[in-house]
Amino acid sequence: MEDMLRQVEPLIPALRRYARALVRNRANADDLVQDCLERAVSRWYQRRDGDVRAWLFTILHNLAINQFRQSARRGRHVPIDNTNEDDLGEAAAQEQKLMYQDVLNKLTKLPEDQRAVLLLVGVEDLSYADAAKVLDIPVGTVMSRLSRARERLRQEIEGTAIDAPNNIVSIRSVKNEPSTDHGG
Amino acid sequence: MSPRPITEDDLHAYVDRVLEPERQAEVAAYLGDHPDVARRVASFGDQRDQLRAALAPIAEEPLPAELNLSRIIEQRSRRPSPVRWAMAAMLLLSIGGLGGWFVRGALQASPSGLVALAQEAAISYSVYAPDRVRPVEVRASESAQLVQWLSDRLHRQVKVPDLTTAGYRLMGGRLVAGSHGPAAMFMYDDDHGSRIVVLTRPMSSADQNAPMTPQSQDGVGGFAWADDGVGYSLIGPAAPESLRPIANEVRRQARSI
Repeated sequence: MEDMLRQVEPLIPALRRYARALVRNRANADDLVQDCLERAVSRWYQRRDGDVRAWLFTILHNLAINQFRQSARRGRHVPIDNTNEDDLGEAAAQEQKLMYQDVLNKLTKLPEDQRAVLLLVGVEDLSYADAAKVLDIPVGTVMSRLSRARERLRQEIEGTAIDAPNNIVSIRSVKNEPSTDHGG
Repeated sequence: MSPRPITEDDLHAYVDRVLEPERQAEVAAYLGDHPDVARRVASFGDQRDQLRAALAPIAEEPLPAELNLSRIIEQRSRRPSPVRWAMAAMLLLSIGGLGGWFVRGALQASPSGLVALAQEAAISYSVYAPDRVRPVEVRASESAQLVQWLSDRLHRQVKVPDLTTAGYRLMGGRLVAGSHGPAAMFMYDDDHGSRIVVLTRPMSSADQNAPMTPQSQDGVGGFAWADDGVGYSLIGPAAPESLRPIANEVRRQARSI
């Protein structure tokens, strides 16, 4: 367990960041991370060789997806509290803060699976191969999703997609998308 | 050699800075020639930077107590799994016996004679009879080696009681620790899987000869007696009286050595 402490503890802040960015609710996100850590502790000796970081993100991601599915089934919406300014650091200058808030708001308009790729690759610095492992999809699908996510976010930011009807997405729209959407 | 065509994947890998330096340079050259694509790629880079900057403060926050990994590990080890439960239960049983034994020791003279013998048998029963993996160390199929080993360790000829007439088959046996040194334990089961244990060892000065006495504690019970400096205890899950005929049979066979 010494070994586990040494390898897992430094990764907790990144796990929190990913969870928060994905579910956009501090309490929910920290619950997910706690759940993830408990599972990691109990499965530490069962894990296969490989990157501990990818393994942890896989556990966390699956927990988040389960939560999305459950709340979708119950017809409830995961509460989003990203408009609370205290979710961001106090150090940022006001103008910068607004810009950050804006990009995070735009991010929530992306379907959950595109958001996940964007965060894992762009923010958490997972390799494309590790992101594919976490999301349990082929690397080609990671690339096409990343491409669509970035294009979509660009349009959101530049305001060119505001009136497009298919722009209004919820977490549920994830299901309608084929999983082998190569090259989109 | 003309460069390989630039792909959409290359553009993203360029944004993520994961291309080989050579390819990175090729993409950069391509973008220099294609301002539209360059604008798009620059926008990708900007949003990546903005996202990182916007989310960075979350990773800087102090961790709440619930995410203290040391604590989670500690709680985890305190919350027993089913296997741990079984182990803990067995341990408690034996500690209960031992604890009672030590308390006795504090209040009275240290246990000796039949009482100590019966407690050792009860502890061995509690520890080994519930074991589904290795209740005995040497199986009945190797009873010759078992007898040889135990006789060597106890410095006297040990005989395995045959309880087939009582409906109990020998499973095997093992050496166990007694209060005065090594003791031999034999385990039997019947057609219902019910297990009983016979423990035998040389007696110390006390109770060199002692009549058969019922013993019962913590849901297990049986008998203990001593003949000519050798003590015996039979322990099973049932009330002592139901084991009396079997105890009589063990004594009869022991006396006929």
